[in-house]
Amino acid sequence: MIHSDDLDDRLVQALGADLTPVRRLAPPGLRVLMWLAILGAVALALAMVSDVGAMIRRLMVAPDMWLAVMGSMLTAVLAAAAAFQLSLPDRKATWALLPLPALVLWISASGIGCLRAWSVAEAYPMPPGQTEHCLFFILGVSLPLSLLLIVMLRRGFSLHPNLTAITGGLACASAAATLLNLIHPYDAAAADLAIHAFAVVIAILANALFGGRILMSDTR
Amino acid sequence: MVAAQAGDRAAYETLLRDCIPFIKRVARGQGIRPDLIDDVVQETLLTVHRARQTYDPNRSFTAWLGTIARRRAIDGLRRVGRTRTREVYAPLAYENHSDPSGSPDEAVFDIGHTEVLRSAIDKLSVRQREAVEHLALQSQSLAQAATATGRSTGSLRVDWHRALKTLYARLGGKD
Repeated sequence: MIHSDDLDDRLVQALGADLTPVRRLAPPGLRVLMWLAILGAVALALAMVSDVGAMIRRLMVAPDMWLAVMGSMLTAVLAAAAAFQLSLPDRKATWALLPLPALVLWISASGIGCLRAWSVAEAYPMPPGQTEHCLFFILGVSLPLSLLLIVMLRRGFSLHPNLTAITGGLACASAAATLLNLIHPYDAAAADLAIHAFAVVIAILANALFGGRILMSDTR
Repeated sequence: MVAAQAGDRAAYETLLRDCIPFIKRVARGQGIRPDLIDDVVQETLLTVHRARQTYDPNRSFTAWLGTIARRRAIDGLRRVGRTRTREVYAPLAYENHSDPSGSPDEAVFDIGHTEVLRSAIDKLSVRQREAVEHLALQSQSLAQAATATGRSTGSLRVDWHRALKTLYARLGGKD
């Protein structure tokens, strides 16, 4: 019969034999900044081909408009920060709660905007047939952002892979929804918001399904 | 751990050995059964190895290791919980369980059955009997049987299949 101490010793020796020097992971704050820098570059490229002045004028029509954008932007930043924290094995699952206040702000302001658009005439109503563009934009921008984020998160070692992937998915989807404002010069209508919410949920679920599996396979 | 990150094997092995009592304490604190503590130790050591690039020297190593050990202990508890829904650990009940097919009559039948099989094998051709004796009764591989008999593996395989077919027919299609 093999004694457990012998097994432990053999494992220690095997791990020692397998040891190679490793490059220490950059602090999570720095990794968030790197991801945000790439996001900023995408935003800059979009700003070059869109009418930023018109967007600012539209957002200043009512407080809920810029509050909703602020909410989605903060959700992206905080969700990315939470995902990078969760990619470290010694961080608690409660980090996933970090983007919640911003998410509440985003949803509330969007809801108020929807009510306002419903009760009074819209300043910038959306023409019919535009909703699917929003859906494709959010999903199309979320996909490369998610791939980039998963590659960066894989450098860590998450003991909560699904939660990390969901939080990362929220970061990408909310970032895409924020960028949508650059090419989406319309008020928030109920159908429009429903499409946005649908696209965000799809992006998060896709991250949970595929990203979670990728991160899980790394930790098994 | 900093030395281990740089690839110092001796420092790494010393560190891992020093970690074992600490991981055991954490596992016991989480309510892990004594017979499963070694599993938690090994899972934690493997995680430390694969996650070593994530350790930040500005943070406490004990806190880093403790969180990983606690997490692996919780995984162990979940695994035990899942197993309990399907399996029961009852060694005494297992030992005392009567075998419903183990009646004396059936034992006599089994002996008779074996004799019938032996007799059927004896009636096979020499080459087929050789294949059955080496491949089935002595549990040899095709290569071993070929060496022992001096025949080719292809020839043995052919006779083995013919023997099975013959035995199946002679025993009335029964196993």
